Amino acid sequence: MARHVAGPEIERLIQFLGKLPGLGPRSARRAALHLIKKKETLLGPLTRAMAGAYDTVGVCTVCGNVDTIEPCTLCRDTSRDGSVLVVVEDVGDLWALERAAALDARYHVLGGVLSPLDGIGPSDLAIASLLERCRAGTVREVVLAVNATVEGQTTAHYITDQLAHLAEAEGVAITVTRLAHGVPVGGELDYLDDGTLAQAMRARTRI
Amino acid sequence: MEWTDVGLVLGARRLGEADALVELMTVAHGRHLGVVKGGRSQRRAAGLQVGNSVRAVWRARLDEHVGTFAVETLDARGAALMADPLGLNAVQTLAAHFRLLPERDPHPDLLYAALAILARLDDPGPAAARLVRFELAVIEALGFGLDLTTCALTGTSDDLAWVSPATGRAAGRAAGLPWADRLLALPAFLVAAPIEAARDESPPLADLLAGFRLTGHFLARHVWEARGIDPPATREGFLAALARVGAKARA
Repeated sequence: MARHVAGPEIERLIQFLGKLPGLGPRSARRAALHLIKKKETLLGPLTRAMAGAYDTVGVCTVCGNVDTIEPCTLCRDTSRDGSVLVVVEDVGDLWALERAAALDARYHVLGGVLSPLDGIGPSDLAIASLLERCRAGTVREVVLAVNATVEGQTTAHYITDQLAHLAEAEGVAITVTRLAHGVPVGGELDYLDDGTLAQAMRARTRI
Repeated sequence: MEWTDVGLVLGARRLGEADALVELMTVAHGRHLGVVKGGRSQRRAAGLQVGNSVRAVWRARLDEHVGTFAVETLDARGAALMADPLGLNAVQTLAAHFRLLPERDPHPDLLYAALAILARLDDPGPAAARLVRFELAVIEALGFGLDLTTCALTGTSDDLAWVSPATGRAAGRAAGLPWADRLLALPAFLVAAPIEAARDESPPLADLLAGFRLTGHFLARHVWEARGIDPPATREGFLAALARVGAKARA
């Protein structure tokens, strides 16, 4: 039987830290020790920050982003272009696009993609609320910023179909665009996979 | 335990932070799961897209273990399908149908039929006809085969036009006419030619949709409803894309 080297509180701390992405049992032990050593300057503020986040964080009912205010900071931001709606799979994708600062638009988080393997169908995603936002009339362009996977692109085509139905049935004309697929910045052709290269060649542009 | 086989990628889900649990339909080992170490890396994930053909080496200490796959991509068709809603929905529907089969139960004929569909996705008519036949073959592989060769009422094989939704047996046009409102239409292309002879058939859209209604009825009756699962949304997507292609061709 393994002998405990610390009390149950510390063992529990290590156990929960070990559940975080990127941390295994060893690194969780190191992180816990670091927190304990810096009890006043790190553990205390971290505990208060986590408790504050736990009390206030929630999912935005408009876009599906996570924030401590409702609607979220991005939805409240009046300087954003409300006519462009960027559809993403997950909050992590939204944060990545915001980091890139490529488009000053509004977002909609689907909460996943259609995946028969995981039993995720259209009703499990925030597609109905997306159509509702489009019905409101301010959206002119929907950018489908989903992952370049078969599941992601199947979801993109499904949403495109739904928006086409919306246009037919209710006269809501919306331009649907998607992210380009191809050579990443800094990518060397020799090291790219065949699929990406073929996509890049098909999507070549005039210089 | 170790074997090497070729197969079709049916799906991959994340396992931990770096690995992927990959599902393949292989020639000799059927639908088989395995862990691909580092399968979530950008380079490896591209080769594990649904619809790709791969050569896989499976290793495990015991046969009942999930084991690991070492995968080499043979045809990265998943990436090529991404711009085509018909192809994307077709490949996902094929994967969903393969998942109805028991694990590790080889069905090489079904795999080759699926590869033939994927090879002809540039021509929607023949691809759709093959998908209907593929669904019939899946229904048969699951033990619910339909008898589309002779009329259940007269015993003849001439002018078959209907299928009983209860028994799955065909009926002649004249013999089945009194119950036409309760019978499923049997499209001519399913009567006329066996699988091997029908490689490049391109039936009318109405016949194709009737074929999908027929297979959809028996898949729902014997499989989806019995197992409490929903029909794959991608099958509806395929039919919608097929109808759009048909409408464009007519215009």
